[in-house]
Amino acid sequence: MTILQFILLGAALFSIGLYGVLTRKNAVLVLASVEVMLAAVNVNLVAFDVYLGDASSAGQVMALFIIALAAAEVGIGIAIVLMIFRNRRSANVDELDVMRY
Amino acid sequence: MTVTFTDWITETANWVFLLIAIPTLVGAFFVVTARNVVRAVLALVVTLAGTAALFMMLGAEFVGWTVVLVYIGAVVILFLMGIMITQAPMTTKTDLSQPMSMRAPAILLSVVLFGVIAWAVTVSFGAEAIPLPDQATSTASIGEVLFTNWVIPFEAVSFVLLAALIGGIALARRDPAEEEAS
Repeated sequence: MTILQFILLGAALFSIGLYGVLTRKNAVLVLASVEVMLAAVNVNLVAFDVYLGDASSAGQVMALFIIALAAAEVGIGIAIVLMIFRNRRSANVDELDVMRY
Repeated sequence: MTVTFTDWITETANWVFLLIAIPTLVGAFFVVTARNVVRAVLALVVTLAGTAALFMMLGAEFVGWTVVLVYIGAVVILFLMGIMITQAPMTTKTDLSQPMSMRAPAILLSVVLFGVIAWAVTVSFGAEAIPLPDQATSTASIGEVLFTNWVIPFEAVSFVLLAALIGGIALARRDPAEEEAS
């Protein structure tokens, strides 16, 4: 195994996630695309942790922190989407244009 | 130590890697392109399970199982609840993505980003080999470094989770005064 194959997988996942964030209309699916990007970051961190063989397992611990923070982010994100849906009857990001002009 | 392609393809571990990596990428692709919201979220399960399998392959057993528990067990359910409550269209007729005129620059940006990262890491790392770990990082050793080297970030994360808990409740509950007025 090479370190390259894991970084390339991470880069591909990150790019796919970025595409999803930029093109999805539904706010819940934008959050799902963000999760794909965070998964890419976790792949990189764990691969580099094994590559460096650090005694304090920095990469794995960072991956755990990212998982915890991603869970918090999704909780708040879905709450905000719910709030927007309650006020505007829509969860589509392209219809949220009240602050545009 | 560098690895040639013929060496790479004959190593069994790399076949396992491909077997996991290809469904992971296909799942990620479905997350961003599927025309049905529920299918997109279920494709996210495939992607996350793929990353969990890769972590276990690299010996990061605890991180792998945490992904299964937290992401597949909790976050995906939260997404499905969000879809249910926001009454997203369940058919495949409605287009969930922006029109093609807005998709084209996004495709260009993603491809350019991937190209730049791929070029940079290929130049800096080449085909450097990493040894397959002969045993998994034990949960005990992860716990030990988590509560010695990383205890302050750990406490900070617990505070963030508390703030997120309070914030989630404060955002999602209806204001009682507003309820009485309506």
